[in-house]
Amino acid sequence: MTTSRFKPIIALISVVIALQLLTFISGKGFYLTQLTMTAYYSLVAVGLCLLMGFAGQISLGHAGFFAIGGYTAAVLTTLNLSAYKDSSLIVLLGKMGVLTSRQDLYGGQMMNVHPWAAFLVAVLLALVVAWAIGIPVLKLKGHYLAMATLGFGTIIYSIVLGTQHFGAADGISSVPAFPLIGGLGVSGNSSLRVLNYYFAWLLVTIAMVLLVNLIHSRVGRALRSIHGAEDAASAMGVDTARFKLFTFMLSAVLASVAGVFLTHFNGGIGPSEASIMKSVRYVAIVAVGGMSSIWGTLIMSVVLNFFSLRGYFGTYDDAVFGGILITIMLFAPEGIMGFKVREIVKSRKQRQEKAL
Amino acid sequence: MIELFFQYLVAGLTYGVIYAIVGIGFNIIYNTTGIINFAQGEFVMLGGMTAVTLHGFLPLPLAIVGAVLITMIIGGLIEMAFIRWLVKPSVLRMIIITIGISILVREGALAIWGEGVRSLPYFTGNEVSALSFGNVRVSPQVLWSIGTCSVIVVLLNLFFKHTMLGREMRACAANREAAALCGIPTSNMVTLSFVLSAGIGALAGCVVSPITYTQYSIGSGLAIKGFTLAILGGLGNSMAAVAAGLILGVLESFSIWVLPTAYKDTISISILLAMLFIRPSGLFGNKEAMRLKDF
Repeated sequence: MTTSRFKPIIALISVVIALQLLTFISGKGFYLTQLTMTAYYSLVAVGLCLLMGFAGQISLGHAGFFAIGGYTAAVLTTLNLSAYKDSSLIVLLGKMGVLTSRQDLYGGQMMNVHPWAAFLVAVLLALVVAWAIGIPVLKLKGHYLAMATLGFGTIIYSIVLGTQHFGAADGISSVPAFPLIGGLGVSGNSSLRVLNYYFAWLLVTIAMVLLVNLIHSRVGRALRSIHGAEDAASAMGVDTARFKLFTFMLSAVLASVAGVFLTHFNGGIGPSEASIMKSVRYVAIVAVGGMSSIWGTLIMSVVLNFFSLRGYFGTYDDAVFGGILITIMLFAPEGIMGFKVREIVKSRKQRQEKAL
Repeated sequence: MIELFFQYLVAGLTYGVIYAIVGIGFNIIYNTTGIINFAQGEFVMLGGMTAVTLHGFLPLPLAIVGAVLITMIIGGLIEMAFIRWLVKPSVLRMIIITIGISILVREGALAIWGEGVRSLPYFTGNEVSALSFGNVRVSPQVLWSIGTCSVIVVLLNLFFKHTMLGREMRACAANREAAALCGIPTSNMVTLSFVLSAGIGALAGCVVSPITYTQYSIGSGLAIKGFTLAILGGLGNSMAAVAAGLILGVLESFSIWVLPTAYKDTISISILLAMLFIRPSGLFGNKEAMRLKDF
């Protein structure tokens, strides 16, 4: 049982390594850039899959959490604090080691928040927002839940688009690298492409291990019972509100982590990352992946994001995602990679009977 | 100061009227099908865009009639292609399908008309002509849109209360199985509700086009506004949606006094969220009746 659960993880690691070798051999190393970005978008998608497919709660505002992560990291690491370096707060922060200084393009001194500190702030902020929004929103169902999350996404988008500090329509650029060990870091530097590729997919692998364990735990069973029949689950003593909120917060954290690292990798972030169309894309990916299959979601996320980022869909990019959404929902609402929950239960029962 | 107040009020009412019409469109479809049509705003965009194109070779009234008819046909076709044959689809499925439809319509419009901003000419007079009421100046187009909205509301009421077809649609809304047992073709009623709300949306799109302009991307913003009203008024109640529309339009208009214009949309969405959290049955909704519905 335990080994079979982790077989896909091993497969994932092998595929990641194989893809890297393939691009190395064929001399198409530039593909790694899109594959790295794909990894970060996949992080959002699998988190949303847990929320939609397992807890049964739709969110049309997940790009909002991605943007909270990305923009927090971008603002904190590019905001020049050297003008305030005598203020007591800045001195205190400096002593705590959360500040870092570097030279800007023109040789001037810049003092910013350290990327690691910014990362922590970003994730904490996403957690707090998810908690504050999640408590009232997750009480809603159906259309109301969809609209409320859509509203949340729209608010984040218009704040980002309308605020000068967030660069308005231009977004924020020249975000510094995110330092890892040694002189290495998460950045768009092409000499660090392979490292960045592996780092991004390491994050995805960690997330997948976490999710697989979660799904097979008491929490996972509670979530599925909520999806199946919320009232019944509640009557059985499942604290539905708590589990839904937990899932919502977990998926928000995954989205914000993806936002932080993709922003460092791209060296910037723009308002389109917060747009409703982005949120709808994540939903489309989860839908195609089969709603309640994190592996299906991951596979479809890689395929679709990679093609989209490589520009295969041209100007019909959004239309492709819209078309996919409709086609899947009309003809195969279980997704093309999906399988029915009932069948899982049946096969498990048979296995138990055999064991007896 | 007082003139400015009235000027803002009139601006708010103009937008409120548009929102109200979108809200009514939501309600018509919701009432017969229980579906929230996320593509509702696209009908407004389609109406405006088609009318601008038709106006290239037709006189204005004919262009508007043509645009409304074309949009109605599109609305009907959408229903027949994507919704009619689904057997008891789940709410989640319907939400995603209508979102998909709205994306396809929007991208289609982008491919046909491009990113440009278009508008119909003013129905009477031009940009600078204005009627004076004391110290307040009102564009005649504002009166056109308020008038059109009022006519739509009155006609809809007559239609639903006093015609056989309207009564059949209401029966279908109240209880689909029972309506079917009475010999009402319920599927056709659903198609009709799409046709009707597409037509109303398109008409609104034509009337407001001179003031607010039309672009391929205006639909989704309007859809959110329309839903906000439908919620504010209480889902399914068209009269209340009109009242809520006017309130929302005026609130938005006055918000410019305190907040930057860029945050205008945030106001209405915050109202929507607050409403959903505090009183999902709506301002004018009946709490008892709403308890039976699924939130």
